[in-house]
Parts: sequence; structure tokens; C-alpha cells
Amino acid sequence: MVDAAQDQVNFVPPAEVEEVELYHPKSWITKYVFSQDAKVIAIQYSFTAIAIGLVALVLSWLMRLQLGFPETFSFIEAEDYYQFITMHGMIMVIYLLTALFLGGFGNYLIPLMLGARDMVFPYVNMLSYWVYLLAVLVLVASFFVPGGPTGAGWTLYPPQAILSGTPGSDGGIILMLVSLALFIVGFTMGGLNYVVTVLQARTRGMTLMRMPLTIWGIFMATVLALLAFPALFVGAVMMTLDRILGTSFFMPAIVQFGEQMEYGGGSPILFQHLFWFFGHPEVYIVALPAFGIVSDLISVHARRHIFGYRLMVWAIVIIGALSFIVWAHHMYVSGMNPWFGFFFATTTLIIAVPTAIKVYNWVLTLWRADIHLTLPMLFALAFIVAFVNGGITGLFLGNVVVDVPLSDTMFVVAHFHMVMGVAPILVIFGAIYHWYPKMTGRMLNVPMGHFHFWVTFLGSYAIFLPLHYLGFLGVPRRYYEMGDTSFIPDSAQDLNAFVSVIALVVGLAQLVFLFNIGWSMVKGKKSGPNPWRATTLEWQTPETPPGHGNFGEALPVVYRWAYAYGLPGAKEDFVPQNLPPDQVMAEGGEDLGAPAAQPAE
Amino acid sequence: MNIFRQLLVKPWLTEQDAALELQDDRTFSLPTPMLGLRVFLIVVMVFFTLMISAFTERRLFSDWHSTPVPWLLWLNTGILVLSSIAMHWAWTNARRERMDGLRLWLSVGGILTLAFLLGQLLAWRELMALGHFASTDPANAFFYMLTAVHGVHLVGGLVAWSRTTAKIRRGSKADDVRLSVELCTVYWHFLLLIWLILFALLLLT
Repeated sequence: MVDAAQDQVNFVPPAEVEEVELYHPKSWITKYVFSQDAKVIAIQYSFTAIAIGLVALVLSWLMRLQLGFPETFSFIEAEDYYQFITMHGMIMVIYLLTALFLGGFGNYLIPLMLGARDMVFPYVNMLSYWVYLLAVLVLVASFFVPGGPTGAGWTLYPPQAILSGTPGSDGGIILMLVSLALFIVGFTMGGLNYVVTVLQARTRGMTLMRMPLTIWGIFMATVLALLAFPALFVGAVMMTLDRILGTSFFMPAIVQFGEQMEYGGGSPILFQHLFWFFGHPEVYIVALPAFGIVSDLISVHARRHIFGYRLMVWAIVIIGALSFIVWAHHMYVSGMNPWFGFFFATTTLIIAVPTAIKVYNWVLTLWRADIHLTLPMLFALAFIVAFVNGGITGLFLGNVVVDVPLSDTMFVVAHFHMVMGVAPILVIFGAIYHWYPKMTGRMLNVPMGHFHFWVTFLGSYAIFLPLHYLGFLGVPRRYYEMGDTSFIPDSAQDLNAFVSVIALVVGLAQLVFLFNIGWSMVKGKKSGPNPWRATTLEWQTPETPPGHGNFGEALPVVYRWAYAYGLPGAKEDFVPQNLPPDQVMAEGGEDLGAPAAQPAE
Repeated sequence: MNIFRQLLVKPWLTEQDAALELQDDRTFSLPTPMLGLRVFLIVVMVFFTLMISAFTERRLFSDWHSTPVPWLLWLNTGILVLSSIAMHWAWTNARRERMDGLRLWLSVGGILTLAFLLGQLLAWRELMALGHFASTDPANAFFYMLTAVHGVHLVGGLVAWSRTTAKIRRGSKADDVRLSVELCTVYWHFLLLIWLILFALLLLT
């Protein structure tokens, strides 16, 4: 094969991807509403996810008002507080983060970055969005049924989730479970598209190991989601049956208000296993796309190839595989066999190895690079800091002996907000600042962006660092108010008030961001097709924003990996993936046959 | 190139470029819808595996009372096997471009599947007549749920089946429907396999 290839250095056969018959919209409705174009679906997904995310943001304000200033707001009862927690958690993890990373960025970037015209099953892709929207609407409807939304906590543990003492046990919990089931059905439709598109629809020359890490992250996260969401689906179906038909999958024999209930023989712990078999991979469903995107942001804005590309890919795959055998570290206090605890603690700590490799590689990419402190770069750097912080507290909590006393304290809240709240959301912001010019043809306003970045980044630390400390003091999570607790000093309350004020400020800063998105669409500086001088295919489209079919007449042919920055002797400091080899070198430059000076791994 | 060998490529070395250029862009040499179906079947398999493991875990407790398996399930199982065979024949006919045989066996497969679903409902009625309701015992609850989710998957298959049948009725050539028939056949065989596992587990308890 190598011999044959020698003669063909400058000859590349034309793309052999069959020209798919693109669906051509015939009316305004099929172009912008019931659209089968992945780019439109991506924007629909993103707007829906951000809209429902704003609801969750407001819920977090209400929670912080109650925690910071207890007995001040008469409209927040204990029941309301539980409902706020539950809906905030569920919306943020599933309806915002999962939907935005995979439905939003996945749909937008997979076809564009791989040189495809669209997803492989556009009709199913369209259905995916509409089922997702339906799931969101069912979720919103639960705010308006008698009894309100469920207040069972985002983990929805039975038996309390469906007992009448829990707020929202009438209609709220049923709508919650139905909404989750719908979400999973919708996601599976989208997920099949993302996986099969990555495997089968890459353009000529775009081998697996030439894919940008963004695609690797989204691809692996989708694989995880396809394998993990069924567990939540099974749990949701069984709990719905328990609630509606009176079956006893999860319900033990139980006495409520002095009366023996009809239930008997179910296993509450079974739900915990199902939930966390989904729940832990979910962390990586959110984190892996963030890892991928941040790798690309760092590489582009530091004008340097990513350090250790192969290891980065392998780390993504290994993290994905390991994430399926750590779930019970969420259940150390459920009374499990200590040997299980030992097993799950070990696997949990092993995950730190590939994760640390990724962090080192990001830092080594930055080492002596030409760092441009653009907005995407600022967010990427902030992500590294926040993620390392959240990851290290994860190592604490991964050990059974440390987890048991810290379980159900604010320390856990601080840990998971750092690692899967703040860190991925910083990446989402960075990614929006990075790809907004491609989506709209205009740049986001920089001063507003700086304001948004600094308030968000410093603010998140001001919120979550104190929560670690409160957790050490023993302040429990999920408590409506602390009352008089002898072991918690009064000053803890002052800290809580401080956190609440900052939370309001950080929340308001997001409104500046939203304003920036709207304002820049009209008044933003024109960006041109490739404002960041990046190599990947989405920046090489003939039109900006990319038109229907993405790449005009012919699909691009890929000649190299996505990280050709700063090649010695090249005309520019970046070489687009689809630039033919004979056009790379400046006049009198070296022959391409000589590999550029790049470190071997 | 083998997928594991692909992951060993060093993409930063320009010397390899020409060799990579010649490479096919598809990871699997399968029609795209077939790969889509296979990925979907993996998801369905995970779904059933989780249900089955919940079921077997619960069975281990000493207070487990098995649900009696109605004899009708044996008949139903036979019908489902026949429907799978009929679908396979339909596919064979599609490959040989015999439209008459394709039409006949595809219809037979669909009708037998409907008969299976009807049989399952009758089995449910029989159990309920004996006083085995879903709410009376966890074993019953599992019985109804496992049979129901299997049935729902078959109903989903029937949607694809009816679309294929409609295509043939509108006069599509064997070439145009061959892949659809093949997808249906694979799905039917898969659900037959799932059913055999479920049935064996229900009998063993």
C-alpha cells in the first residue's frame, strides 16, 4: 500500500461519498420550522435548551434567596424549595447541558467539521428535535398541574418520590417521568444520527484520526448516552407503573399516615442502581464534548497543534469505557457491601489517570505557544481551572471514608457544580463566542464579552468556593433552612448570604450575554468566513453562514489533520485541512515531502 | 482498514498522507440504514439487558412467587418463530426479485405478528382471570412489563413493515424495497431472539 501511495502524493481521487439526495425545503415552514437541515435543528435545539435553562437559572435564584435570607420570603415554602431544587437539577443536567452539547453543537458541528452535507437521517433528526420540544413542554406543564412539579430531588429516589408527603406527587412526578421518557426517545433518534454520521459520512480523506477532537468528544458522549439513557428509561417506566398501576417494582411494604399501603415487595435500591448506571455516564456525556471543544479552542487560539492528539483520543475512549463501572460511588451511603465500595472507589480513582492526561496535554499545548487571549481562549483557560478544581474534590469524594462524612453536605453540591456545572458551561460560552461568527457572519461584542467572562468566572468561584467550606462545617444539602444547629456557627449564615448575593449578580451577567447575542446579530462586526484563521472544515465553507448542503458544488477533500498550525515554511501560520498539498508552501519553501518539525509522540 | 489500526495512525506525520487519502471514508462497509439499525439494536439490547437484570436481581429474594406461565405462550412463541421465517422468505424473494413471493411472505409475516400480539393479549386476559394482577405481586408486574415492552417493540416494527408494504403496493421494484425488507427481517429476528430469552426466563422462575 505504501508503494502504491508513493506515486500518488499529488493525486487524490475525487470524493467517493455518494452524493446524498438532499431534502430541499419547499416552503418557509419546512425551511425554518419543520426543517430537516442539521444547522437549523441545531439552532432550534440550542434556543429551546437555553430557554428552559433560564427557567432553571431563575429557580436557582429563588433557592439562593431562601438559603441566604431564611424567613424573609413568605412566598417560598419548604415544598416550593424542594420543587425548585428538583427542577433546577433536572433541567440543568438533562434538558440544558445534554441537549445543548449533543443536540445543539452536535447537530451544528458534526456535518460541517466532517465535510458532510447533512446528517445521514435528516427526517429522524427533525423528529428528534420535536420530541425533545414535547418533552420540554411536558416538563413545563408540570409547573401548572395541581400540586405543582415534583419535589423529590433530581435523583427521584423512591419510595419518597411517589408518596403523598412529597410535593408534586399528584401529577408532577408523572409528568416528570413521562417527560424524561420522551427526552430519551428523542435523544435516541438524534444519537443514532450523530453516531452513524461520524462513522459513515466523513468526506474523502477525513480518517478517524484526522477528526477534530470536538467531534471525538461529541461522538463518544453520544455513544455513552445511547448506552446509558436506557437505564433511566427503564427506571422511569417502572416508577411510572408503580405510581399509576400500583405495581411494586421499587416500593417496599410501607406504612403511611398510620396506614399500611397496597405496595409490597419492591426494591428501592434497584432504582438507585438504575439511576446511577445512567447518572454517572451522564457526567461524561456532558464532560466529553466539553473536553473535545476545549481542545480545539486552545489549539486554535494558541496557534499550536494539540499536544498528544492520539492520547487525547484514547483518553476520551478510555474515560467513556470506565464511566460505566463507577456508578455505585454515588451510593456509598446506601448500605452496600464494603467490598463493592472498595471496587467502585478503585475504578473511580483510575478515571483520574486519563483525565489528568487530558489536563496535562492542554497545559502542554499552551506551553510556549502564541496565546491569543480572545474570548473563547479566556473561557477555555477558565474551564481548565474550574475543571481541575472540581475534579480534585471528586478524588476526595471517590474514597469511601471521605465520602461518608461529606455525603449530603454542601461539599458535594460545590463539587458537582464545579465539575459539571461551571466547567461545561464555561466551555459552552467559549464555544458560542468561537462559532457564533460562523452561525451569523458577525462577531460577538468584545467589551460585553469581557464583562460577561470576568463576572461569570470570578463569580462562580465566589459562589462555589465558600460552599466547599460550608460542607466541611457540616451544612447539609437539600435543607430548606438550618434553624438552630449547634455545630454550625452563625457566621455560616453570613457566608450563605454572601453566596446568594453573588449568585444573583452572576445570573444577571448572563442577561448581558443574551443581549450580546441579539445585539451582535444586527450590529456586530462582520466576521468574514474564517475570523480565527482556523484549519477545520467548518471555516472553509463557501458561504458564511453555511448554506443548504454546507459545501456548495463539491465536497471538500481532506489532506491533513485539524491541527496544522505554525508549519515552518508555510504561507500562513495555519493550513486548512482541505488545502491541497501543492499550495501549502510559500515560494521557495521546503518540499512537502519533508515532514514539518513536529514532535513525535 | 481495521478500526483499531485506524486508531494507531499518527495523523501529524505528513508522510502518511497519501496512503490515508486512498482510504475509504466509511468506517463500516454497510448500507447506512443498516448501520443505523444495528446501532439502534444495540440500544434496544441494553434496554432489555437492564430490564432482565432488574428482573433476575429481584428473583433472588426469598419472597418471590413465580407467575404461572399460560400455555398460550407456547403457541405464541411458535407463531412468532413462523413470522420470523416468513419475513426471511420475503427477504429471500426480494433478493431474487420475485415480487409475488415477496408480497405473499411479507403479508404472512405481518399477519402472524399481529396474531402473536393478539395471543399475548389473550394470555394477559387469562392471567387476570386467574387473579394475577400487576399490582398484586412483583413477579406479575415483571411479567406484564416484560411482555408489554417486547410487544411495543414489535408494534414499532409493524410500522416499518406497513410502510414497506405500502411502498410495494404503490408499485416499487424489488430493488427499491430490498433494503427495507432486509431491515425488517433483521429486526424481526432480533425481537424473536429477545422473546426466546424472555420466555426462557419466565419459564425458569
